[in-house]
Amino acid sequence: MHKGSSVASPSLPKEKLLSMYRKMVLIRRFEERAGQQYGLGKIAGFCHLYIGQEAVAVGANEAMRPDDYMIAAYREHGHALARGADPGMVMAELFGRTGGYSKGKGGSMHIFDVEHHFYGGYGIVGGQIPLATGMAFASRYRNEGRVTVCFFGEAAANQGSFHESLNMASKWKLPVIYVCENNRYGMGTAIVRTAAVAEIYKRSAGYAMRGEQADGMDALKMHDALADCLEHCRAGKGPVLLEARTYRFRGHSMADPATYRTKTEVEEERKNDPIPRLRDYIVGNKLADDGELDAIDAEVKASCEQAVKFADASPEPSVDELWRDTIVAEGEEDVRPRQRVLDAQVSWPEWPGPRDFDVRWEIEPKEPTAQDEKAQLAARAEERNKQGNGRATTTV
Amino acid sequence: MPEIMYREALNQALAEEMERDRRVFLIGEEVGKYQGAFKVSQGLLDRFGSARVVDAPISELGFTGLGIGAAMIGLRPVVEMMTWNFAILAMDQIVNNAAKLRHMSGGQLRCPIVFRGPGGAGGRLSSQHSQALESNYTNFPGLKVIAPATPADAKGMLKSAIRDENPVVMFEGERLYALKGEVPEGEHLVPLGKADVKREGKDVTFITWSRMYYFCEQAAQELQKEGISAEILDLRTLRPLDEEAIVASVKKTNRAVVVEEGWPHSGVGAQVVDVIQSRAFDWLDAPVLRVTGLDVNMSYAANLENATQPDAEKIKAAAKKVLYVEKQ
Repeated sequence: MHKGSSVASPSLPKEKLLSMYRKMVLIRRFEERAGQQYGLGKIAGFCHLYIGQEAVAVGANEAMRPDDYMIAAYREHGHALARGADPGMVMAELFGRTGGYSKGKGGSMHIFDVEHHFYGGYGIVGGQIPLATGMAFASRYRNEGRVTVCFFGEAAANQGSFHESLNMASKWKLPVIYVCENNRYGMGTAIVRTAAVAEIYKRSAGYAMRGEQADGMDALKMHDALADCLEHCRAGKGPVLLEARTYRFRGHSMADPATYRTKTEVEEERKNDPIPRLRDYIVGNKLADDGELDAIDAEVKASCEQAVKFADASPEPSVDELWRDTIVAEGEEDVRPRQRVLDAQVSWPEWPGPRDFDVRWEIEPKEPTAQDEKAQLAARAEERNKQGNGRATTTV
Repeated sequence: MPEIMYREALNQALAEEMERDRRVFLIGEEVGKYQGAFKVSQGLLDRFGSARVVDAPISELGFTGLGIGAAMIGLRPVVEMMTWNFAILAMDQIVNNAAKLRHMSGGQLRCPIVFRGPGGAGGRLSSQHSQALESNYTNFPGLKVIAPATPADAKGMLKSAIRDENPVVMFEGERLYALKGEVPEGEHLVPLGKADVKREGKDVTFITWSRMYYFCEQAAQELQKEGISAEILDLRTLRPLDEEAIVASVKKTNRAVVVEEGWPHSGVGAQVVDVIQSRAFDWLDAPVLRVTGLDVNMSYAANLENATQPDAEKIKAAAKKVLYVEKQ
């Protein structure tokens, strides 16, 4: 039994729904395996699991174009996987092995998959929000029609970086969607205890920008909300603050037993589990039967099994690696992880060169000169003469 | 060669690089309509438009991070700090993002960006506005740090910094902007990471950078009259440090005085002394001395402000000490 049911998203074809289902199950199984491997000592440091929040990243990603930009915080394994990252290489990164996306240098909090336009992976609360703003600035600057989708938790909305970013993004109409994943707790502190306005989307009002709330436990609603926001951004109407109401079923990190929440609360929220909810929708609308979905479950389970094996077999990075990837040497190329690790052919983003584009954007149109003003006045006078009645209109 | 001001040299560098590369834009407080708090960006708004000369809100953390995000995906921002004192608000972005993007992404991303603005004492501005903060940034792997003293170096190094593939932190001198010097017209690049012997000498080496170079020059000229020949090594780049140039000069003169505007504790000069003791110990004829700002907060009162900073007298005294020409 689930609280509330999905509103049909009539335009979503079966393949899309199954892809969403597959990715959500993948994230769930992957994170369960990560938790288990943490317990076995294969993963160390911080490890923040995404279990419970899968619908947010997956619903959003399925509405985005592959060449849109995505960036997240430190609970980001799910976003990388939703974007298309290789589960074995994400797991290898968690293991601190050379087969990881960052050669084992970043770990759980710093997954980057630039091939799939996933730009990390940041461990300072709210620190990625200005970066997203800058990526959207670059989009607008190069007039490339891409939207940046930036994920962060509700507690990050108390950082200055959030407020400074929203102000600039709105003032300059940047194509960026700030997706606040409100799971109600910043580590162990409930947002209602630290925020004067705990409904984060309302903060958009202070920056004259669009603010929305969406059910983050429902992949279809997330998808539709994002699709709408993306359209808004691509139409040049500026940024959106989208608050996704969600819940993490586990503690803040593997080190957190989450004693600040009652058992009843967690149990109640688990009834909202986004995965059975999507499955029920698919089966209920006869888009697929249980057999088909079970087959996806089994395939995903096997791929997570494989991911752990891959990570386990991947060697530790060589000590020489310490001296790479700090300063870019002259002529040095960027590392393409799937090519490096799996010898795969990858299509890597190529940015326009020094004179490959024109900057047509004017943030502030040039102010009229005295001459312009004279010309304008003359034009208005002529307009009035044409009207013939000698009366000026009330609008200027 | 035309003589122009330090601020004009920077302006030339910006204009030339923006002309040749549309990826370059300038963002900061008052850079556009106001023409720059120190007039470095004079005329650029008219020439390049408001998307390339961006008047930012007073949100140092925000617009610094915005620049870094744009650099990650292929632009080449120049972020102007009205002064480095205010950039302390942006330090999280510079240190935790710009300096670490390449590393955290395992070599997938690069961050070609310049953070620039004036550092050091401006004159009667008290403690919050008078800090020489170079050593705050030289501590971090992943950053390059430069501090040119002359207009020619200012132009050549800013152009090189904009073309560099890494984040570069550039300290200009609040008191240097109006200073004039010969600057080559057009293409003039000064490589990062290379120190410059600004004055040849044989008895003692002054190792310094930015505004302190001029006090060293004054001290050297006065010492010359007393028969002491001082060499001046202008580091220009503080990270990476040109260790070869430091060692070569010390091997030549056998004595060194390191002069910096900032505080002594954990200052860049301490690092220079470490290079000397570990790589040129056997060539030293005296302990290396440092002349630094005093280990106190800067005061407003003129006499206190003057007493806090290094000057030619203090440098001369240190030189004589390492030469054992005066009783200690």
